[in-house]
Amino acid sequence: MPKIPGIRRGMPHEVGLGLLTLLLLALVTTAFPRFLVIDNVKSLFDDTALLIMLAVGEMFVILTRGIDLSVAANAALTGMVVALFNAHYPGAGIVPVLVIAIVMGAALGLVNGLLVWRVRIPSIVVTLGTLSVYRGCVYLVSGGAWVNSGQMSPFFLSFVRVPILGVSVLSWIGILVAVLAWAYLRYAISGRNLYAAGNNPNAAAYAGIDVGRMQCLAFVLSGAIAGLAGYLWVARFAVAYTDVASGFELQVIAACVIGGVSITGGVGGVLGVVLGGLFLGIIKNALPVVGISPFFQMAVSGLVITIAVILNAGTYRKSHGRKILERSEATS
Amino acid sequence: MSTISSSVQAGTANGCGVTWRKLLRWETLLGLVVIADFILNTRLSSYFLDPWTLSDASFNFTERAIMALPMAFLIIAGEIDISVGSIIAMASVLMGLVAKAGFGTPLVCVTGLAVGFGAGCFNGLLVTVFRVPSIVATIGTLSLFRGIAYAIIGDGVLKSYAHNFAYFGQGYVWGPISFELVLFAVLAVLFGIVLHWTVIGRRIFAIGANPVAARLSGIRVDTYKFWIFVLLGTVSGLAAVLLTSRLGSTRPSIAMGWELEVITMVILGGISIDGGQGSILGVVLAALLIGLVTFGLSLLNVPGIVLAIVTGTLLIAVVAISSLIGYSGRRRRH
Repeated sequence: MPKIPGIRRGMPHEVGLGLLTLLLLALVTTAFPRFLVIDNVKSLFDDTALLIMLAVGEMFVILTRGIDLSVAANAALTGMVVALFNAHYPGAGIVPVLVIAIVMGAALGLVNGLLVWRVRIPSIVVTLGTLSVYRGCVYLVSGGAWVNSGQMSPFFLSFVRVPILGVSVLSWIGILVAVLAWAYLRYAISGRNLYAAGNNPNAAAYAGIDVGRMQCLAFVLSGAIAGLAGYLWVARFAVAYTDVASGFELQVIAACVIGGVSITGGVGGVLGVVLGGLFLGIIKNALPVVGISPFFQMAVSGLVITIAVILNAGTYRKSHGRKILERSEATS
Repeated sequence: MSTISSSVQAGTANGCGVTWRKLLRWETLLGLVVIADFILNTRLSSYFLDPWTLSDASFNFTERAIMALPMAFLIIAGEIDISVGSIIAMASVLMGLVAKAGFGTPLVCVTGLAVGFGAGCFNGLLVTVFRVPSIVATIGTLSLFRGIAYAIIGDGVLKSYAHNFAYFGQGYVWGPISFELVLFAVLAVLFGIVLHWTVIGRRIFAIGANPVAARLSGIRVDTYKFWIFVLLGTVSGLAAVLLTSRLGSTRPSIAMGWELEVITMVILGGISIDGGQGSILGVVLAALLIGLVTFGLSLLNVPGIVLAIVTGTLLIAVVAISSLIGYSGRRRRH
């Protein structure tokens, strides 16, 4: 068998993507110096913080050869629940809101995780189902009504907007999640096990790692981050309704894929995902500045994603087939 | 050769095991659930058991059911395509443009099919030539195709279709039997025959069960996969013709989220997401089941978004049941 060239042969994926992102930024800025105005950069960070957070959560799942299509629905449901909680108990303060968001998001992730781990349903089937169920539950808990900014208390809305060192709390939370995730994957034993479980489930099982449990853990982490992002989303846009973040899961997965996370598991890192999220965010924010109709936005990001996956295709050659849709061999 | 659950790795059941397993077959279970739901609907709503009501009900799911047939082929062959809803949007928008330019119904229909064909070729190329995993490739084209639809007409609407174009989505062949329903029945039989009684079908099962072994035994795996992608794209184009004709207008948000509903039908129909197993009969029954359940509930004034909960729960529940009790109809990995 000929040796199959891997991505590690040349420069790391992150360097290339980083240079590409800088190039994109330079291109837009030279043509339109307005783009790098402080206000615009701030809103760029705020916009991409949510995408990056959700993509980091998604990365945990993809690393273990799974996929989580329910992140956006999870965020919508959690966001609606905390908005309703806030409307009923306006004086409760920010701490219970954050706790509810994270715990509830993690619980929704645990449902996915247990179905994948214990019932052994492929993750794409599970999250395809919970995607509809969670989205429907948003309607059930809200009765189809919107929760508007008038029903939200001031602390609920202003928490994400408080500037610290010139950057909003929302962006800081995004940075914090990314740094924590990086440290966790780099230094924690269970973080290393996530890579092992995704890279070679059989070998991981022989090394004493419970692969199913790692998959479940990844779903819980992804869910907890999605829950937190749900509150942040609702607070940032000051409205909660049934279709919040509808279809956002695909952008989240796209950020991971552009960031070099291999859909076949075990390959990828936080830095790449952050760059992938920034890359998509810059394109999204640059289009109106450059003067392209917002209706072209989807086509352009679709084109970028398609080109990115073709360029990344070498990463996937290490294994054939779509591992993401298989049950992990070691658990059966 | 059993037409049903015809896995290449068919089990070696014998004796009384055979009858018991046949009883427990996926399609039998689905059929029973369909009948149960039919009876339940009749009891719950007095309007249900009327030929015209039932005919109206069929409009709810025939387009998606038609797309589920080639999607079943693709999933059996071990790939997936989540861009089908976007293909409909792109095809529908281009059909709208052709109609607006004053061309007649035949060219409008050909446009829809041709766009679907082209989109299928593009997906197929990404997967077989560029070696992009199908789920990743079609996430990209999902945005790309629908993005093209948005880029062309923005928030506008195209509705300058000729009168005779309405037949495909609204016409009746005989009494309350609609053109769409007849088309679905014909295609279902055709797809069933190809999958279960021809060499092509056996090879698709072989590819899904073990692509490497299939390639080593002389099956041109990539060629097959490419043409299944093209087939699915073309049928999505056909669905675009039907849907556009039924609605009489085109918006870029048309058929949003259909990919998930089509895949739900296929999985519910007992097609293994791992590839290599399933039957067209199961897919047809699953399509009927989803159609009946959602229509029965909407007769009871249950809002559409709550139906999503029912469909999602149904999907997880049936797959969980089959996984927990280890159906013979579903291959277990060892």
